[in-house]
Amino acid sequence: MDALLLARMQFAANITFHILFPTISIALGWTLLFFRLRWLYSAPRSPQTAPAPRGGLPFLGRPGKRQDRDAAWLMAYRFWTKVFALTFALGVVSGITMSFQFGTNWPGYMERVGNIAGPLLGYEVLTAFFLEATFLGVMLFGHGRVSERAHLIATFLVAFGTTMSAFWILALNSWMHTPAGHVIRENGEFFVQSWAAVIFNPSFPYRLVHVLLASGLTVAFVLAGVSAWQLLKGKANASTPKVLRTGLTVAAVLIPLQILAGDMHGLNTLQHQPQKVAAMEGIWKTERGAPLLLFAVPDEATRSNHFEIAIPKLAALILKHDPDGEIRGLDEFKGAKGWEHPPVKPLFYGFRIMVGTGMLMLLFSWAGLWLYRRRAWVAEKLPRPLLWGLAGMSFSGWLATVSGWYVTEVGRQPFIVFGLVRVDEVASAVPAPMIAFTLALYVTVYLALIVAYVSVVKYMAEKPVDMHDLVKAEPVGATT
Amino acid sequence: MSWATALPIVFMALMGLSMLLYVVLDGYDLGVGLLLHRATDDQKDTMIASIGPFWDANETWLVLGVGILLIAFPKAHGMVLGALYLPVALMLVGLILRGVAFDFRVKAQDAHKPLWNFAFFAGSGLAAASQGWMLGRYITGLQEGWPYMLFAAAIALLLPAAYVLLGAGWLIMKTEGELQRHAVKWAKLAWAPLVVGMGLISLATPVVSETVRGKWFSMPEFIALLPIPLMTLAALVGARAMLNSQRVLGKLCWLPFTLTVSVFLLGAIGLAYSLFPYVVMDRLTIWQAASATESLAVIAIGCAITVPTILGYTVFSYRVFWGKATALRYA
Repeated sequence: MDALLLARMQFAANITFHILFPTISIALGWTLLFFRLRWLYSAPRSPQTAPAPRGGLPFLGRPGKRQDRDAAWLMAYRFWTKVFALTFALGVVSGITMSFQFGTNWPGYMERVGNIAGPLLGYEVLTAFFLEATFLGVMLFGHGRVSERAHLIATFLVAFGTTMSAFWILALNSWMHTPAGHVIRENGEFFVQSWAAVIFNPSFPYRLVHVLLASGLTVAFVLAGVSAWQLLKGKANASTPKVLRTGLTVAAVLIPLQILAGDMHGLNTLQHQPQKVAAMEGIWKTERGAPLLLFAVPDEATRSNHFEIAIPKLAALILKHDPDGEIRGLDEFKGAKGWEHPPVKPLFYGFRIMVGTGMLMLLFSWAGLWLYRRRAWVAEKLPRPLLWGLAGMSFSGWLATVSGWYVTEVGRQPFIVFGLVRVDEVASAVPAPMIAFTLALYVTVYLALIVAYVSVVKYMAEKPVDMHDLVKAEPVGATT
Repeated sequence: MSWATALPIVFMALMGLSMLLYVVLDGYDLGVGLLLHRATDDQKDTMIASIGPFWDANETWLVLGVGILLIAFPKAHGMVLGALYLPVALMLVGLILRGVAFDFRVKAQDAHKPLWNFAFFAGSGLAAASQGWMLGRYITGLQEGWPYMLFAAAIALLLPAAYVLLGAGWLIMKTEGELQRHAVKWAKLAWAPLVVGMGLISLATPVVSETVRGKWFSMPEFIALLPIPLMTLAALVGARAMLNSQRVLGKLCWLPFTLTVSVFLLGAIGLAYSLFPYVVMDRLTIWQAASATESLAVIAIGCAITVPTILGYTVFSYRVFWGKATALRYA
C-alpha cells in the first residue's frame, strides 16, 4: 500500500475514534444540566419570603427544600456524570492525537491554508477545550466544595464549551468543503479576505445543525438503551424510568428534525458538491427523473450498477423537488488527471447505512414513546421485545454518525480543500512502513478502548446504586 | 517594531509558557503515575485522588503549546513533528492509556483494577520517556547521527526521573502520614538523575551549536547570565537539603515541590535564551516559520481574552481543591 493511502487510513482511524466521544459529550453535557435542574426544582418552590435554600436561578425562582426533592433525578445525574467523565477522558486523549496528526500526516495542509485553519483550530482550543477541561474538575468533583449556583454554572460552561468546540471545528471542516472568503497568492498560500465569509461558509449552518442533532440523537438512544438494559436485567433503580422517558422523548422529537435537516444539507451539497451526491445516489450518467436506489452494487470498472432495486423518479423528487428534475451524473466529472469524483462504494453504502439507522431510530423512538404512554409511564410493563430493541439500539447513534461522516469526508476526495487543494499535494514524506506500524498501534489501542468503554458503561449500569453516595457530599449551598 | 516582527515573538513567548506549564503541571501527574506501582492499594487511591481534578486541564496545555506551533508556526510544526514522528506516536499512546486508565480504574470491576493501574503506570512511563527523547532531539536541532541519538536516549531516561521528583514533591504537599513519608524517600531517589539531566542539557546545547556557545560564553554576557545556573544549583541543593528535614512533613511540605518547579522554570529561561530567535536550532527562525501577520493578529485577539481567563480559573480550580487530598466522589 502506498504511503498516502496509509496516511489517510491512519487519519481516518484517529478521527473516527475521536468523533465517537464528542458526539456523546456534547449532548450529554446539556442532559446533565437538565437532570440537575429537574432535581433542584423537583420540590415545591419555596415562597419568596421564607428562608429558602440558596442556589436559585433567574426565571426559575428559588428551589424547594432539599429533603423534599426527588432523589431519582439526582441519581440520574450522578450516574450519567460518571459516563460523561469517562466519555470526556476518551475525547480529550484522542483530541490530543488529532492536534499532532495535522502536522505529522498533512504538513502541506498547514503550509497552504494555515492562515485560515490556524485561527479556527486556535479558537477551538482556546474557547472550548479549556473551558471544558478546567470546569470539568469543578463539575465532577466540586459539588459540596463550591456553592450550588457555582456548580450549576460550571455544569453549564462544560456543556457550552463542548458545543462551542463543535462550532469552531465544524466551521473549519465546512470551509474545506465549501471554501469561501479567501484569496490565493502566488505560491499557493491562502489568505483571509473576510472572516465572516470563512466561518459562515455556505455549508456550515447545515452541517452544524446536522451534527448537533446527531449528538442529541446519539445520547437519547444511549439513555434509552442503557435504561432498557437495566430493566431487562432487573437492575432498574428509581431513576431508570425517568431516564428512559427523557431518552425516548428527546429521540422522538429530534429524529423528524434530523430528517428535515439532513434533507436540507443534502440539497446544499447538491448545489456545491454535485459529484458527492451523484456518488451517494449511484448516478453515473446525467439524467432526468433519476430513480432512488434502495440497493445496488456500484462498479467503478464498468461505471454502472449491478442488482439495482429502485423506486422510479424518487431521487429526482427528493433532490430537485421535481419528478423530472435533472441530476448530474458521475461521468461528467473528469479532470486532467482522470476521474475527479470520490470513490462511489463507500459513499453509496455509507449513505444507506446512515439513512437506514435513522429510519430505525424513528420507528423505535415513536413506538417506544407511544407504548410507554399507553402503559401510563410504568417502565416495568413495557414489552420485552421493545426493551431488547432499544438496548440493541444503544449505540446506533455512533453507527449513523460515523457512516454519515464517511459519506461527507470521503465525498470530498480527491481534494482536501474542495476543488482547490488535492490531498496528494499536502501529504508528508514519512516512509510507509512507519505509518503502517503506528497505524496498527493506534488501531489496536482504539479497538481495546472501545470495547472497554462499552463494557464499563454496561458494568456501571448493572451495579446497584450506592445510596450512601447520595446522602454524602452535601452541597454547601443547598442545605436548609 | 512592526507587527510582523512583534507577533511571532509574542507567540513564541506564549508557546514557551504553555510548554513550561505543561511540563510542570503534567509533569507532576505523570510523576505520580510513575510512582503508582510502588504504593499500596489504598495509597494508590489517594495518589490518584490528589491529581484527579487536574489532569484533564494539565494536559490541555500541551494541546495549546502544540496548537500554537501548528497555527502560528506551521512550517516548524511540519519539520519538528515530521522528524519526531515515532516518539510522538508513542507519547500519544502513552497519554491515551494513562488518561483513560484514570477513569476506567475506578469504574471497572474490581478484578480489572490492577490491569488499569498498570496501564496508568505504563502509560505515564511511555509518555514521559517519549517526551524526554523528543526534548533531547529538539535541543540538539533535530540532527541525525548516533551521538545525537545517544544523547536523546539519555534524556529519555532522565526526564521521567525529573517528573518523579515533581510527582513526589506534589505528594509530599498533598498527602499525609505514611504515603507522605514514602514520597520523601521517592523524591530522594529521583534527585540525582535530575541533577545529571540538567547538567547534560546545559552542556549539550553549547557543544552542539556555535550560536549558543557565543551567547553564553562571551563577556559580559557570561557574568550577566551567571545567576541562572547559580540559582538552579541553589534550588537543587536546597530541595535535597529539605528532604532530610522533618519539617517537610509539616508546615514546609510545599517547599520541595516549589523548589523543583523553580528548577524547571530556570531551565526553561536558559533554554529560551539559547534558542531565541530560532524555533528549530540554527535552521528556522520564528519569523521564517510564522503564519501571515493578519492571521496571527486574529489569533492574538482570542489569546488576549482567553489565556488570562484560563490562567484565572486554573488558579480558581486549584484553590477549590486546596489542601490535603481527600477521596474523590462524583457529585
